Amino acid sequence: MSNSSIQDIVSTSNSYKYGFQTNVENEKFAKGLNEEIIKLMSEKRNEPKFLLDFRLKAYKKWLQLKEPEWAKLNYPKIDYQNIVYYSAPKDIEKKKSLDEVDPEILKTFEKLGIPLSEQKRLSNVAVDAVFDSVSIATTFQDKLAKDGVIFCSISEAVKNHPDIIKSYLGTVVPINDNFFAALNSAVFSDGSFVYIPKGVDCPMELSSYFRINSAESGQFERTLIIAEEGSSVSYLEGCTAPMFDTNTLHAAVVELVALDDSSIKYSTVQNWYSGDENGVGGIYNFVTKRGQCRGKRSKISWSQVETGSAITWKYPSCVLLGEGSSGEFYSVALTNNRQKADTGTKMIHIGANTRSTIISKGISCGNSSNNYRGLVEIKKNANSSKNFSQCDSLLIGDKAEANTYPYIHSKQPKSNIEHEASTSKISEEQLFYLQSRGISNEKAVSMMVNGFCKEVFNKLPMEFASEANNLLALKLEGSVG
Amino acid sequence: MNTKPPLLEIRGLHTSINGKKILNGVDLKINEGETHAIMGRNGSGKSTLSKVIAGHPAYKLESGDICLNGESITDLEPDERSAKGIFLGFQYPIEVPGVSNIEFLRAATNARRSFIGKEELDTFEFDEFVTEQLNLIKMNTSFLERNLNEGFSGGEKKRNEILQMALLNPLISILDETDSGLDIDSLKVVSEAINKIKSRTNSIILITHYQRLLDEVVPDFVHIMNEGKIVKSGDKQIAIELEKSGFENIEMIK
Repeated sequence: MSNSSIQDIVSTSNSYKYGFQTNVENEKFAKGLNEEIIKLMSEKRNEPKFLLDFRLKAYKKWLQLKEPEWAKLNYPKIDYQNIVYYSAPKDIEKKKSLDEVDPEILKTFEKLGIPLSEQKRLSNVAVDAVFDSVSIATTFQDKLAKDGVIFCSISEAVKNHPDIIKSYLGTVVPINDNFFAALNSAVFSDGSFVYIPKGVDCPMELSSYFRINSAESGQFERTLIIAEEGSSVSYLEGCTAPMFDTNTLHAAVVELVALDDSSIKYSTVQNWYSGDENGVGGIYNFVTKRGQCRGKRSKISWSQVETGSAITWKYPSCVLLGEGSSGEFYSVALTNNRQKADTGTKMIHIGANTRSTIISKGISCGNSSNNYRGLVEIKKNANSSKNFSQCDSLLIGDKAEANTYPYIHSKQPKSNIEHEASTSKISEEQLFYLQSRGISNEKAVSMMVNGFCKEVFNKLPMEFASEANNLLALKLEGSVG
Repeated sequence: MNTKPPLLEIRGLHTSINGKKILNGVDLKINEGETHAIMGRNGSGKSTLSKVIAGHPAYKLESGDICLNGESITDLEPDERSAKGIFLGFQYPIEVPGVSNIEFLRAATNARRSFIGKEELDTFEFDEFVTEQLNLIKMNTSFLERNLNEGFSGGEKKRNEILQMALLNPLISILDETDSGLDIDSLKVVSEAINKIKSRTNSIILITHYQRLLDEVVPDFVHIMNEGKIVKSGDKQIAIELEKSGFENIEMIK
């Protein structure tokens, strides 16, 4: 078989089934960003003064920061004055009951497989549905409240729990952390807030579903999760967007705080629109995700399945402050067509006896470029700390590219760092072998890719492991009959 | 009255790879229940012939035809040919990391079963079915949990091929140098298994260099290939002669 035919299998003929747009009336501001716009949007949302100050400070920092250029991503310059920074379905006030929500939006979520109505909603997962960066509905809030768990949109949390927000917002990702984090801090719209009180194991899986609908608006969600002493929570986010031939900027910030003996498991299935086979359109995804293991023996685990976006710049990280704390990063990143991904993690060991594990699986097909970039840093006081990293790349076809950039900095001689890396390729002979046993081309590729990702899929919450499987199969699906 | 077409019929088969001609007019007829052996020097086109029958996409069909039960299969994909009952036992079975042997065997078995209108087997049913068949190749179940052919010894790989043959229940099996790389014990296990799978309704093509496999699995016909053609056909005596006097003399006879 010529290589072009493998290419065909994984090529486009677009199987992106989330590419529709919903017709809703939006209220938006004029394009561009300045202090006035920020004041206006803060006023629009009735925000307390501390938040407006936070935003204005971040804006000033942002003006001084430079867009990072070190990633292996080549994209046209973004004109930040040509973006709409405030856009929301009209009548933004969150509805008391679902009956009042625009039925078009409810239909949209139903179409995406996230039914929100009482009768149809998932029975064991609480969902926060975010539409164009505005939280539309959060299910099971009452049930969760019985255990003292708070699960709501950030804007509700600002209103109802301002003290918690004030003491945690920007403490994991400071406003001047990087260009995109500063921008997000200045203009973030909505996102999810989770608070798990002391000693509580969150009784349900929590999940946010982000839907971009509007073409010109930038998307700036903010998520904050706090796990008090001895508590635990598992949280999952999903993302989709319509197919536009323009690029949409998405710059989110996620902050996690884990106190003594608590654990946070954060899973992502990212399927933003990735553009067409010629690289036209798609989401520019610049995301800062960081968790702080503040408490002793606390644990933060990131698992992600990244299949979407034209550009991905994302390094979910763990700052291991607490003695004996641990961080994990399990990632599958698949790029196809002209997608470019520069993604990985940072594990910063500060406390003694801290541990981290990194398992990264990159799959590149088509003309895409898939780069792993990861930092393992062991600070001076992190005695007896351990890291294990494994970065595997799988190439499909002849034109795809995979690179691995591991950075290891250790100031502690009594630490143990292991790094393994491999690159492999699906060969014609492997495909022929499986095919000669009656297994179709597409199924064969999908079996091999799933096998390659097994270690990571095993880490996803059960309900979503099969979804991840299907998502990859869909992404690999192509024109060969 | 219609006479039944041969199970497999190859007519005037010419093929090339990257512009280089490999098969130069192969003709071969195989009826139900027959066992054929194809012998020949390295590079005579034996392995190519087996891959072309199975539909390897690297080979270009220049002219000629391959028919299964009277129907041409040359336009079919390898998976469709397999579903119809063509099986190729690989000379060098391919390692596929990440895919477990049992997952692969079940996918293959179900593909064939659904084609012949049998119900697909779920994991429990398949476990039972495959465990039975394991006796045939004298392996235990831990063999199923490993990744497909990954780290298998030469003998294990060949036994796994024969296991697949048993599971798929093909109409025609082409076994490409199944005996190479086998020690005496493995050769015995493998040839006994082949004899058990062999029936009046299926057929076998053995591609081999050596008489020792043919002592165990006795062919009804033996063909000698040279330069991409079958140059001599006869009964098992040819193979015995060949063992004695080598290819050169056999070709002189022609």
